[in-house]
Amino acid sequence: MQGYLPYILCVGLFSIGLYAIAVKKNLIKIIIGTVLMHHSTNLFLVLVGFRNPESGSPLAPVKPAPHEQISQAEFLARSVDPVPQALMLTSIVIGLSITALIVVIAIRLHEKYGTYDLTKIRKLRG
Amino acid sequence: MENMLPLFVVIPLGAAFVIPVLGLFRLEKAWDVVAVVATLALLAMSVIMLAGESVVVTWIGGYDPQTTGLTGIPLVSDGLSRLILLVVNGIAAAATIYSMSYIKQYTKTHLYYVLLLLMVAGMNGIVLSGDLFNIYVFVEITAIASFALVGYTLRKDALEATFKYLVLSGVATSFVLLGIALVYKETGTLNLAQIAGAVEGAEMGKTLWLAFGLILGGFSLKAAMVPFHAWLPDAHPSAPAPISAMLSGVMIKASGVYVLARIAFNVLGASYATGVLLMALGSISMLVGVLLAVGQWDFKRLLAYHSISQMGYVVLALGVGLEMMARGSTTIAYVAVFAGLFHLMNHALFKSLLFLCSGSAVYRTGSRFLKKIQGIAGPMPVTGFCTRIASLSISGVPPFNGFFSKLLITIVVVWAGHWALGLVTIAASFLTLVSFTKVQRYLVEGELAEEYATIKESPYPMIVPMVVLALLCATVGVLVPVYKDVLLGPASEVLVGGFDYTSAIFGG
Repeated sequence: MQGYLPYILCVGLFSIGLYAIAVKKNLIKIIIGTVLMHHSTNLFLVLVGFRNPESGSPLAPVKPAPHEQISQAEFLARSVDPVPQALMLTSIVIGLSITALIVVIAIRLHEKYGTYDLTKIRKLRG
Repeated sequence: MENMLPLFVVIPLGAAFVIPVLGLFRLEKAWDVVAVVATLALLAMSVIMLAGESVVVTWIGGYDPQTTGLTGIPLVSDGLSRLILLVVNGIAAAATIYSMSYIKQYTKTHLYYVLLLLMVAGMNGIVLSGDLFNIYVFVEITAIASFALVGYTLRKDALEATFKYLVLSGVATSFVLLGIALVYKETGTLNLAQIAGAVEGAEMGKTLWLAFGLILGGFSLKAAMVPFHAWLPDAHPSAPAPISAMLSGVMIKASGVYVLARIAFNVLGASYATGVLLMALGSISMLVGVLLAVGQWDFKRLLAYHSISQMGYVVLALGVGLEMMARGSTTIAYVAVFAGLFHLMNHALFKSLLFLCSGSAVYRTGSRFLKKIQGIAGPMPVTGFCTRIASLSISGVPPFNGFFSKLLITIVVVWAGHWALGLVTIAASFLTLVSFTKVQRYLVEGELAEEYATIKESPYPMIVPMVVLALLCATVGVLVPVYKDVLLGPASEVLVGGFDYTSAIFGG
């Protein structure tokens, strides 16, 4: 059970973000919701790559320095999976650009309407 | 030949970086030329690809599993990719030529071309990529460029539509990424062909079903299937007309339906459950989209609702194909997939044409409301003529292209034994006809308002792509027997082949 706890927390964070997007009427709160969703997914990617080795502590997936005296076999047994970490870096960059864009749009909307309240901005219908 | 695949992404990206530099020196003609040359080159390349080998695989960075033992990220061009590439780059070329005149009403047009080319690069990347995470990255590149383009006019409604589109699209891609993480956890790979191998070999566990559910759900939102359609009728009409043509004509296909089809057919294989899922999504979208469209008076919004409905046809046909594959009737499956892809291509042609026509009307009159711009076919005969051809095509009147694909879809749905769904397709087709009769009644036949008595026809760069698309609408339906062995046949074989995709990539 304890092994699943990080995953459950992660999905919980994701759900909070989804809740904020679905229910909140304030643009800023909706933006916070999207950011929460994105970062919980990033967290999930890191968790997917995590491995708890049978002996010793987990290692970062970078080539060990010569003075650390770790054999290749031991390194392979103890290091975590590098692929999800690479994916997560890419996804953080994408998330950043989307957040920047969405904040700019929110500022522009505020310039036009003078409010962040979505109920007062509704010009488009169904 | 093999080295051509990366160029589909490199050329538009390169052009997108050259144009801002030209913008620094205010070389206005030069950036028009660069954008048009880049998209025309892409179109020529996608035509050349048709003559090449059936499957071309390029391993980025040279990580070919057969020579190095390491599996890199492949770019794959098979029949399906080639069809979508041709559609994407063809419409992109038309939209870019059209933009040369249309976009002059706005300022800083070089930035517009940058975003347009980024969108093309993203879509070409999605279609060629053979790696799940790579597809996600290209989907995001396409999406970010399209967000900025939807809000390009900075009008109140455009900004609001952009916000809605951004948030919903962000939700969709978060779901997709979560799904990708789960797929990686379960199968240990992101390569589509290897995932397919893992799915084929063993019974699929609950986690894997959840993962693919998340991924298919996310891409259904990108394809604007009902009930995930709320963003499309706001976002597509708010963009400048050539961008609306790109969004409705190709983007929902490349980043929505194409990925759905690729994953459902080539990764999950012939599965009854996904077939029924796609059939349900398709038929609901078809009916709801057209019902919402009938009451619209805003020309571009009406067209956007019809996009939902027409994509419903495509997804329904693909769903029937999948179901028939699961039941073992390969012939019906082949015809269903063929009909779906045929309609996808036809929809790209006539929906882009309709959006370009609406742009031409907006360019001269400044209004999108059918009652206000009625009768503009008088002073603008070419726009009126093209609108008429496109309306007849989308409502399925013979001998235009929409008729043949809709007929084929209806026949194959009934052939597969789904009488009720056959009736739904006919009902949706009838409502489409009703809705476009209204468009013709006002836009072409109506009485011209006095304030527009002096308007002229749009300039040539706008008319030429419209006329070319109209000619294609009138001919591709009749000429199917001529080109089906080059274009639609191989594409359908790739989808019906299911898990053959894996062996095609790894050469085994």
